[in-house]
Amino acid sequence: MNLEDKLFLDRYVVDEIPHLRIINLDKCAICKKQQCLYTCPAQCYKLEEGRVVVSYEGCLECGTCRIICDEYKNIEWKYPRGGFGICYKYG
Amino acid sequence: MGGQIYSHSLAAIVPEFWKEAPLERPIVEKRIWFLTKDSKVSLSHKNPAFGAPPFNSFTVLRAKFDKWFVQKAVQKGAFYIPETLVEDVIREGKGKIIGVKTGRTQGELFAPVVVAADGVNSLLSKNASLHAEISPQNVALAVKEIIAMPKERIQDLFDLSGDQGLTIEIMGEITRGMVGVGFIYTNLTTVSVGLGCILSDWVNYKISPYDLIEEMKNHPVVKPLLSGGKIREYLAHLIPEGGYNAIPPLYADGLLVVGDAAMMVNGLHQEGSNLAMTSGRLAAETIIEAHKSGDFSAGRLSRYKKLLEESYVMKDLKKYRNSYPYLEGNRQLFTIYPQIINDAATEIIRVDGVPKLVKQAKIISATFKKRNLWGLAKDAFSAWRAFR
Ligand SMILES: Cc1cc2nc3c(=O)[nH]c(=O)nc-3n(C[C@H](O)[C@H](O)[C@H](O)COP(=O)(O)OP(=O)(O)OC[C@H]3O[C@@H](n4cnc5c(N)ncnc54)[C@H](O)[C@@H]3O)c2cc1C
Ligand code: SF4
Ligand code: SF4
Repeated sequence: MNLEDKLFLDRYVVDEIPHLRIINLDKCAICKKQQCLYTCPAQCYKLEEGRVVVSYEGCLECGTCRIICDEYKNIEWKYPRGGFGICYKYG
Repeated sequence: MGGQIYSHSLAAIVPEFWKEAPLERPIVEKRIWFLTKDSKVSLSHKNPAFGAPPFNSFTVLRAKFDKWFVQKAVQKGAFYIPETLVEDVIREGKGKIIGVKTGRTQGELFAPVVVAADGVNSLLSKNASLHAEISPQNVALAVKEIIAMPKERIQDLFDLSGDQGLTIEIMGEITRGMVGVGFIYTNLTTVSVGLGCILSDWVNYKISPYDLIEEMKNHPVVKPLLSGGKIREYLAHLIPEGGYNAIPPLYADGLLVVGDAAMMVNGLHQEGSNLAMTSGRLAAETIIEAHKSGDFSAGRLSRYKKLLEESYVMKDLKKYRNSYPYLEGNRQLFTIYPQIINDAATEIIRVDGVPKLVKQAKIISATFKKRNLWGLAKDAFSAWRAFR
């Protein structure tokens, strides 16, 4: 099963306010490793027309992206507001 | 997210919890697998005594278990506010912590002590300036799947009687050389399957977690155990594995830090929930004492650290304080050794007319080809130093 289908099994209550934000896109442009693209277990970071974009909706709230972006500290990371976000049925 | 909870630490809080808690299976067997690309050597220990009171450990599904655990606190008089995000600590001036700010309107809560039990990401203890961001070397990223299977099939596949369960830890090929382990836990009608590796390794090896978990599930030794199962959930979570040397300050004026928020995980033994429960209990004992004098200063709350040091929590963390630097510096444990062990086993078991003495010599020379005598001796010595 591919990742997209797996994430489809997870239950989310999606907040309209994003809880993740890239602070400065210029830094992503000079970031050599761009490790957010391949370490996020939900693939929330993707390249679109050569630019890094983040989609918070599928986020599993693990915290990985915040910690691995250690060179530029370029990710503003919060949990979604109370009642929103990933809601594991099994855990 | 987690797999096993331990009887010892939970029974100290809820005696005979097994009579009421939503548990999956009591764990009576632990297997450790050393895998190569296609073969395995398995080490296992099974003891039926683990399947009877007071038990040793149980698998749990945390969504269910946590709900029950919260209700136990509520029954004791705790006031539980669900679906509420704590955004920051509240300080008196620039000094002591006197409460938290939540995301609710007029959501300020005041208390003589705040306990930061907010897990590995602990934004609370960071906001309280107790520590800076965790480094990618000090935390593991685990991905896991819950796979549903009929109860009887789980019992057959894993050779279990009735509701008893087992856990399997997997070292070798499946982490592609990264420091980490795979795991399979049996629940009642599901199995939890996944792997966790040090976060800096995922970055440096440029491996994606969703790719590696697929690879693991398709490993020829793992695959038959999951066949016919249906994926129900996909999860990701961090595990703080920095150990003793990375423990942040544990108390401040009006604040205590417990569990994952305080780096209290014994990664080598897959223990974390027990350290979280015990540190929570010791924090509570400290606070009850502090209430008697009405003094919640850092000095008074430092008793918490003392209690931890007297308990297995700090003793174990201290004992294994060098284990992570050791594992990171000795990756051959995750690559060469599983191969050596498997090759040796294959050689011993294969009946092919070669005299056993010749086989022995073959094994020894093959081993030395992979790692010379000096390397082996060094590994043995540094392992002894790191784990003694
Ligand atoms: C894949 C995996 C397998 C594991 N297996 C085992 C095992 O077999 N045995 C074992 O003992 N341990 C295991 N662990 C470790 C164990 O899960 C943790 O050590 C344990 O859960 C720590 O408990 P805790 O209460 O400190 O943190 P958590 O269980 O992480 O609880 C923290 C809680 O705080 C909430 N929270 C966080 N921030 C806020 C905020 N700002 N406002 C409101 N709420 C907030 C979170 O939503 C969460 O519910 C495993 C971990 C993983 C990831
Ligand atoms: S790792 Fe950080 S700086 Fe680099 S591309 Fe990703 S978000 Fe941008
Ligand atoms: S918190 Fe985890 S799942 Fe969410 S975007 Fe960051 S890395 Fe991806």
